[in-house]
Amino acid sequence: MGRYWQVLQLFWGTAIAAELEYRMNFVIAALTSVGGLAGSLFGLFLFYQADYQFQGWSWDEALLVLGMFTLLQGFSATLLIPNLNKIVTQVQEGTLDFVLLKPISSQFWLSTRLLSPWGLPDLVFGLLVIAYAGRHLDLSWMAYLRAVPPLVCGALSLYSLWFMLGATSIWFVKVYNVTEVLRGLLEAGRFPVVGYPVAYRIFFTFVIPVAFLTTIPAQAMLKPGSQGWLLASALLASALLWVANRFWRFALRFYTSASS
Amino acid sequence: MFSPLIHALKLSRVMLSVYYAYMVEYRAELLFWVLSGTLPLILMGLWAEAAQSGQFALSATDFVRYFLAVFLVRQFTVVWVIWEFEREVVEGKLSPYLLQPVDPVWRHFFSHISERFARLPFALALVGLFVLLYPQAAWWPRWENGLLALLAITLAFGLRFLMQYTFALVAFWTERATALEQFWFLMYIFLSGMTAPLALFPDGVRAVVMWTPFPYLIYFPASLLTNQADHLIQSFGAMGLWGMVFFGINRWLWRRGLRHYSGMGA
Repeated sequence: MGRYWQVLQLFWGTAIAAELEYRMNFVIAALTSVGGLAGSLFGLFLFYQADYQFQGWSWDEALLVLGMFTLLQGFSATLLIPNLNKIVTQVQEGTLDFVLLKPISSQFWLSTRLLSPWGLPDLVFGLLVIAYAGRHLDLSWMAYLRAVPPLVCGALSLYSLWFMLGATSIWFVKVYNVTEVLRGLLEAGRFPVVGYPVAYRIFFTFVIPVAFLTTIPAQAMLKPGSQGWLLASALLASALLWVANRFWRFALRFYTSASS
Repeated sequence: MFSPLIHALKLSRVMLSVYYAYMVEYRAELLFWVLSGTLPLILMGLWAEAAQSGQFALSATDFVRYFLAVFLVRQFTVVWVIWEFEREVVEGKLSPYLLQPVDPVWRHFFSHISERFARLPFALALVGLFVLLYPQAAWWPRWENGLLALLAITLAFGLRFLMQYTFALVAFWTERATALEQFWFLMYIFLSGMTAPLALFPDGVRAVVMWTPFPYLIYFPASLLTNQADHLIQSFGAMGLWGMVFFGINRWLWRRGLRHYSGMGA
């Protein structure tokens, strides 16, 4: 365990040092976050302008969902997107061989090798939106704490889904855009899941569990007595983690390295 | 006298067939690309549901039609030239292309065009699925609108390609030109009508947005497809004007950039 910790520090230290070469990018990343947030707020406003509201979600409550979404977006920009793009390159160029030879879990290597500081603005803005909405709704600090476990479970589920999609690269090689598919579907998490028609709701709860990523954490903040959902999201996260690990081992059996 | 024309035709035919073969080789990737454009379909569900209980300018059926049209337009105007161009510049792969007697842009251009044909069956299948889901919304554009929409989609693709290629040229000076495109893409998502029809925007906001190039990339062709377009001449004019502006910047950057380009690793 201690060795993994040491390796992680080395990974992230070098990754950040490499990214900081492009300091101008930070300005652009911050601007992009501000723009994205403004756009999301505007999109939400379009629904609420005509006295419409998503069933049982006031404007401030819907903002909580948006805040959760922004947080997860920051998380994926920091950790998930850079690493998974790397998997594809490694499969395509055959450099995955070097990773497999190292005396360390290959899943760990592939999921933590890179860390990009450009997701930071999104993380900050997500927290700001949640704090703003929370103040308006007079939430106690207990409410914020209640959101943490489902949010962590959501992040773990997201990671597992993402990693499984990345693993399909072993068969399909060029799947840069597989992450785009998932990102596209996750966009659905900007809004409370009750806003969708029934067929969509089923899809976003059971097929691609978007509901568990943003709506459930927001709900945990608003309504104290939703232990059932928390349990479900913990079960989902652990099941997905397990499946992701199995799937990776299964996929590796088909890996033949480049040019062989 | 016609030989340059014949030469150009031959060139485009060869490039189209080469890049078509290349695109079809990665069919799984293509399918994923189509699926990644599902944002309009997601919003379609939200708006259709909202229109049933809220007071909006459009009915549920209108929303379904509009977003199906948006989905189609988006499928035919997807552009990724900046990622490839940036890589070519950073890795120095542009150098051999510069030696050929064809402007390197045509390779990218034809690879985009041929990808459209390869993508067509997947996209139509997805539209078919949603027409099954909302059968009452099925419609045909009037034939004159259909033709105009075809023109508008072609122009929208051209304009978007031109804009992205212009940003791509910044790669001569910085290694991360894609960051620019990411910012531009955000505005594109929110202002082009992809998240909501412009008819729902507050009047002041809409008036400003109409001066930007974004609504002509999605909203205008989509409303032609759904038989609801107005201000045809202004809209086509705006596309032409923005196209000229970007073309000017593009050629200027290209000339300056080539002088600056040192071919990394060469």
